[in-house]
Amino acid sequence: MIKKISVYPEKCTACRLCELACSFKKIGEFNPVASRVRVSMFGEDAFYTPIICTQCDEAWCMKACPSGAITRDAGARVVKVNRERCVGCRMCTLACPFGTITYYAPEGKAIKCDECDGQPECVLFCPTGALKYEEESTPTRLKRMETARKLESSSKEVQP
Amino acid sequence: MKGWVGKILRVDLTKGEWKVEELDRNLAQQFIGGRGLGSKILFDEIDPRIDPFSPDNKLIMATGPLTGTSASAAGRYMAITKSPLTGTIACSNSGGHFGAELKFAGFDLLIIEGKAKEPVYLYVEDGRVEIREAKHLWGKTTHEATDQILSETDIDARVACIGPAGEKLVRFACIINDKHRAAGRSGVGAVMGSKYLKAVAVRGTGSVGIANKEAFRKATLDGFQKVKANPVTSTGLPTYGTAVLVNVINQHGLFPTRNFQEGVFEGAEKISGESMAEQILIRNRACFACPIACGRVTKTSNPKYAYSGEGPEYESDWSLGACCGVDQIDAIGRANYLCDTLGMDPISAGVTIACSMELFQRGILTSKEVGRSLNFGDADAMVEMVKATGYREGFGDALAEGSYRLAERYGHPEYSMSVKKQEFPAYDGRGAQGMGLQYATSNRGACHVRGYMISPEILGAPQKLDPFETEEKAGWTKAFQDTTAIVDSSGICLFNTFAIGTPEILEYLKAATGLEMSLEDLMKAGERIWNLERLFNLKAGITGKEDRLPDRIVKEPMPEGPAKGKVVELDKMLPEYYELRGWDRDGVPTKERLKTLGLE
Repeated sequence: MIKKISVYPEKCTACRLCELACSFKKIGEFNPVASRVRVSMFGEDAFYTPIICTQCDEAWCMKACPSGAITRDAGARVVKVNRERCVGCRMCTLACPFGTITYYAPEGKAIKCDECDGQPECVLFCPTGALKYEEESTPTRLKRMETARKLESSSKEVQP
Repeated sequence: MKGWVGKILRVDLTKGEWKVEELDRNLAQQFIGGRGLGSKILFDEIDPRIDPFSPDNKLIMATGPLTGTSASAAGRYMAITKSPLTGTIACSNSGGHFGAELKFAGFDLLIIEGKAKEPVYLYVEDGRVEIREAKHLWGKTTHEATDQILSETDIDARVACIGPAGEKLVRFACIINDKHRAAGRSGVGAVMGSKYLKAVAVRGTGSVGIANKEAFRKATLDGFQKVKANPVTSTGLPTYGTAVLVNVINQHGLFPTRNFQEGVFEGAEKISGESMAEQILIRNRACFACPIACGRVTKTSNPKYAYSGEGPEYESDWSLGACCGVDQIDAIGRANYLCDTLGMDPISAGVTIACSMELFQRGILTSKEVGRSLNFGDADAMVEMVKATGYREGFGDALAEGSYRLAERYGHPEYSMSVKKQEFPAYDGRGAQGMGLQYATSNRGACHVRGYMISPEILGAPQKLDPFETEEKAGWTKAFQDTTAIVDSSGICLFNTFAIGTPEILEYLKAATGLEMSLEDLMKAGERIWNLERLFNLKAGITGKEDRLPDRIVKEPMPEGPAKGKVVELDKMLPEYYELRGWDRDGVPTKERLKTLGLE
C-alpha cells in the first residue's frame, strides 16, 4: 500500500520539533521559516496542530505555476518543486488553499513538503505520534473503528 | 560561529540608542552561554553594590548555544540582573518560544541598560530593534499587553513582558513570555519595571547553524530515546505535569504545610497532579523543542474562581495551596492565573501570604492591619491577597516586599521561610538534608533549581541516597550545582536531566559549536560559573554569614510524618562543602581555586 504523512491533531503538543527536523534536513540549519511543515497554535483554545501539504490529486500550486517548476512524476503521489525552474513568482502560494507551499526568501524559491522521498524527518522527530508515515487509509479506518465502538456501547445501553 | 549566532544587541534606554556587538568567542567558550555568559557580562559591567532599581543596573536576556535547535527542550532563555529581593545576582530561566525566537532574530544576548523616561517596549526584528512608546500598555496585564503588542508587530512575534506587579516594583515580580511561561524568581520583572520597560517583542526569520550536522542529529535522536525511556520524562511529567510530585513529596513527609509548621498536608490528594488531571486539565502543552510536554492547559467552570490558562505547576500548586493550608484546586488555579497575568512569582507570593497567615495565627498581625481575617486554609483570603499584592493595594503593599521584609516589619523575621530573603520552594529541608544544604548555599537564595538534591534523596536518580544522612551530601550538592549551571547555560531545560546528563550535553555542545572540549572542561565551566556568581554576591556584601537557614528548619524538629524529629544539620555539612569548593572557612573562594578556574 502507498504510504503518506498523516496528521493526528489531538496528539500535537506544539513543541515544533517537526519544524526543526524539517529545516535541518532541508537547509542544514534550524529555521522554522525554512520548514515545510508548520505548527499552528491557538493557545487560548488549547488547540495546536501541524499543517503540512496533503499532496492534492489536482494540485492548485501545480496548475498555477507558470514556469513548469511544480511537477508530479508519472505514477508518483508527491508533488515537487524543481528549484532550477522556480522563478520565485509566488503564484503557487496564492493558489494553495492551505498555506502549505511557501516562499523562502533567502533562496528566492517556493518550498513545500516532498515527504523526504519516503523517509520523512518530521515524523521521525515527532515525539507524540501527531505526525505519522503510514498507509493512506489508516486514520480514516481508525476513526471508523472508534465510531463503531461508540455504537457498540450505545447499543448495549438501549438493549433490554 | 555555530550554535551561538555570534551577536549581542545592546540597548541603552536612557539615551534611546542601540548597537550590535560581536560575541566574544573566547568568553562564550569559557562561560557557555545563557546563565554563565550573562552572569559574566553582568559581573564585568556593573558594580554589585548598586541599588537594583537604579538605572545603573542592567537586565540581560541570554540564550544558550543550544537554544533554537532540536536538542531536547532547547528553548530556554535566562533573565540576569541584580535582584531587588535578595541583593544577590539573579538568574531566572524560562521556556516557551521567546528564547528561540531571539536567536532566529539574530542575537544570542540582549543587554538592556539605563532607564527610559516613560514606558516603552522593544521590538526586535531580524538584526535590528525599535524602541516604541508603551504608555497605552502601562497598567495592562501580561495577557492584555501581549495581545496588544502582537497586533502592533507580527502575529508570529514572541512577547516577554511585565504586568502590574513589575510596574509597581513588587520585589518578586517576574517576566512572563508567551503568556504562560515565566522567568519567575528573584524579581527580575521588577527590574524591568524600574526601567520603564513594559515588554520585549521578538520576531526572527534567520537560522541557528550547527558545526557538525551528522553528529548533532545523532545526539538529538539519542537524547530523545533516553527521554522516552525514562518514566519521569516519558509518563509522569506529560500525564500529570510537575504536580505529579505532590503525593510523592507529601508521602515522604517534606511537603511544607502552613508555612513550614508541618511536613504532611492532609489535603494533598485534592491538589495533586492526579486530581488536577481529573478536574481542570484540558490537555498538555510543550515548550519549544520539548519532547516531554509537562505544561498544563487548564480551566475551571466554578464561576467564583473562573479562569482559563496554564498551570498550576507543582511549585505554585503548593505555595498557594498547602503552604497556605488551601486544598481547593480551582482556587489555586485562579490564584496561579492571577500571578501569571499580574506578573509575579507564585512561589514567593504564596510563601509570603503563608508568612502573613502565621503572623495572623500568632496574633502578631490583626484584622485591623490586613482589612480582613487571614486564616490558614481560607481560599478566598489567599486569592484576595494575591491580587492585592500584584497591585500593591491595601495590605498587599506590605506583602509585595516579600516575606522577610514583611516579618521583619512586624518584629518576627523568624517566620519568614527564606534564605537570603528569597522564599523556599516546595520541599522542607528537614526531610532531605542535601536539599537543606543546597538551599543554604544557593547563589540566588532559597531555590530548587540550583541543585535539585530531591532527585537523588527522594526520587532515586541517578541513585538513591538516604535523605536523612548528612554524609557525602556536600559532594553531591556541589556536583548538582555545577551540573545545573551547565544545563542552564547550554539553553536546554533542567527537566531533561531526569533522563540525560553531562555526557549527553557535552555531545550536543561539541556537535553544535564544533569546539573540542572534554567532560572535565565542561564540569570546570559549571564550577567557574558557580564561583563567578559567588564572587558577585561577595562583592555585593552578601557573605558566608548568610549561608544560613531559618531557625525553624535547623532548630524545630519536624512535628510528624516520616521526617518526624528531624532538623537540617547544616553545621555538619557546610564546612565540608566549603572545603570541596576550595573556599576558606568564611566561604570566600581561595586564590588557588580561582586561578584553577581562570577567575583570578
